[in-house]
Amino acid sequence: MIQVYTSSVIDASADAVWAKVRDFNALPQWHPAIADSRIENNQASDRVGCVRYFHLRDGGLIRERLLALSDYDFTCTYSILESPMGVDNYVATLKLTPVTDGSRCFAEWSAEFDCAPQREAELSQSIGQGVFQAGFDALKRHFSARR
Amino acid sequence: MALQKLVRSTVIDAPIERVWAVLRDFNSHDQWHDVVAHSEIEDGKPSDRVGCVRNFTLQDGNHIREMLLSLSDVDYVSTYTIVDATVPLQRYVASITLKPVTDGQQTFWHWESSFATPPGMEAQLRDMVAHGVYEAGFANLKRHLQRGGNVKKSTANTALRIHNQASPVSAHTIKVRAYGDASQLRAETSDVSPPGPGEVRIRQTAVGVNYLDVYLRKGWVPEFLPLPGTPGMEAAGEVMDVGPDVTSLLPGDRVAYMGPIPGAYTSVRNVPVAWTVRLGSGIDDVTAAASLLKGITADYLLRDLGHIEAGTRVLVHAAAGGVGTLVCAWARSMGALVMGTVSSQAKARIARDHGCQHVIVTSNYEFSAAVQNIAQGADVIIDGLGEAGREENFASLAPCGHWISLGQASGPLQPISPDWLVAKSASFSRPVAFAYVATHALLNQRAERVWQAFRDGILLPVQTEQFALKDAQAAHTRLESRQSTGSLVLLPG
Repeated sequence: MIQVYTSSVIDASADAVWAKVRDFNALPQWHPAIADSRIENNQASDRVGCVRYFHLRDGGLIRERLLALSDYDFTCTYSILESPMGVDNYVATLKLTPVTDGSRCFAEWSAEFDCAPQREAELSQSIGQGVFQAGFDALKRHFSARR
Repeated sequence: MALQKLVRSTVIDAPIERVWAVLRDFNSHDQWHDVVAHSEIEDGKPSDRVGCVRNFTLQDGNHIREMLLSLSDVDYVSTYTIVDATVPLQRYVASITLKPVTDGQQTFWHWESSFATPPGMEAQLRDMVAHGVYEAGFANLKRHLQRGGNVKKSTANTALRIHNQASPVSAHTIKVRAYGDASQLRAETSDVSPPGPGEVRIRQTAVGVNYLDVYLRKGWVPEFLPLPGTPGMEAAGEVMDVGPDVTSLLPGDRVAYMGPIPGAYTSVRNVPVAWTVRLGSGIDDVTAAASLLKGITADYLLRDLGHIEAGTRVLVHAAAGGVGTLVCAWARSMGALVMGTVSSQAKARIARDHGCQHVIVTSNYEFSAAVQNIAQGADVIIDGLGEAGREENFASLAPCGHWISLGQASGPLQPISPDWLVAKSASFSRPVAFAYVATHALLNQRAERVWQAFRDGILLPVQTEQFALKDAQAAHTRLESRQSTGSLVLLPG
């Protein structure tokens, strides 16, 4: 089991950042690596169990199921059903925590998965940096531009 | 009564290892949090032992006892509860959680608690905890880390803390280049390299002088002090910087140390972390340097070797000296019958002040008749006299007595024949303190017992004679003259 953990501090309230990221169908609106997205079977994107079907900008297709969503803890947990990445048992969580001394939030994005041993380093890097950190960087740019 | 929940959090500009090094220590608050005047762990337990209880005295005079409920070096979590307090916080359980900010050298610190209060005090106590404890704590810890780790009672010059960490530092050092009398102690300068793995570099403020230093200077144990060499087994001061893998101490931490390799007569020294104990605000540097090795010696002598209990007859030589006064006072508090020898009436008063009930003034090593007269012999003899006291010590022993040879001020003891001991069914020990602090945990445990005995008033504040480091010759001359009282301390200045 591989674990990847990325965290950052975003200069916006947890409420504001959560409003941006809680929509399970909104990845293309804020994450630079995602080209398009839709929710299968016309379900609402905050219905736990729904599946998002999206393409990466490089063309890859990924299907992910929403496993948990909490407006109370600002967390979203999902698993990969289908992807070209070569990972198994992939479960990831995006979590925001308010920083009480100022209008900032602490953002964490973590994943656990299995993969072929020789791909561990490459996947840790591409997921931790290419997906999670790239997402945080985009959020930081977004919120600093608004100030 | 409803529980209220309180959360405060912040981001600290330091890597998590550094923040955790401070916060995982359940006993560190009096070093960085302005609200806490004094902190100690009860019963001498280590501060990372789950279940230990810390006892806070706050600046406003309030007392709070808190128990450590959980501690995780994996998740960086410390959870604790108030067991007893003069502030009416009820069912208070708090948790500190750290998380790394992986895209910067920062740490997210989350502090939360739940508690109940008497009716009508909800808002007042909530504000007290939120602002007075948590938010103030955030600010205090940030300041603590920015200043290099230390907030209170910094003894070193501020400029010293922002020196280039990778560079050698010039030090004043006492060197012995030939064995002999005190004049062989020469003041020199040397460079002290940055600390290696597992080491800390200490700017020393006080160095303890022990009789062992004299033996080493004389060349009685040449393999222990190869030439050229620097004597000294203990000191106190402030951490300048730490080796690459050291997380338990930070620059600015006040520490004392004792170690089995001499070299303490210097202004700056690298020592292994395992030799060090962190000092709380209740123990000053001079006290620490004067009493770490001597106090720990008293601790193992009385507990591990002497098995002192009520009624044990103890004979302490040099009862007005550094070890002697500590042993007398501590043994007395355990209910022992304490006899001591001193060389003058002035020293007799000092020994009496420290709990020695029967003081024998002798300048010619004659005391056995007095000991037999007072107590029909001694069950335990703490002997620093050496050869000149040999026959008298044996004559002083009670049947099945235990003769502990700690030092040899008058000259090395000639070999003791096992068959000689038969006449009294006696035991003979030749202990060395460092064997009793073989692990860092043991060292911390024993040191904490010593500091606690000072705080409890069992051990009186140490009397010291202080010399500048460069005057080490004068200090040794004084110690060997048998005129000194209490403990001698060198000040690197």
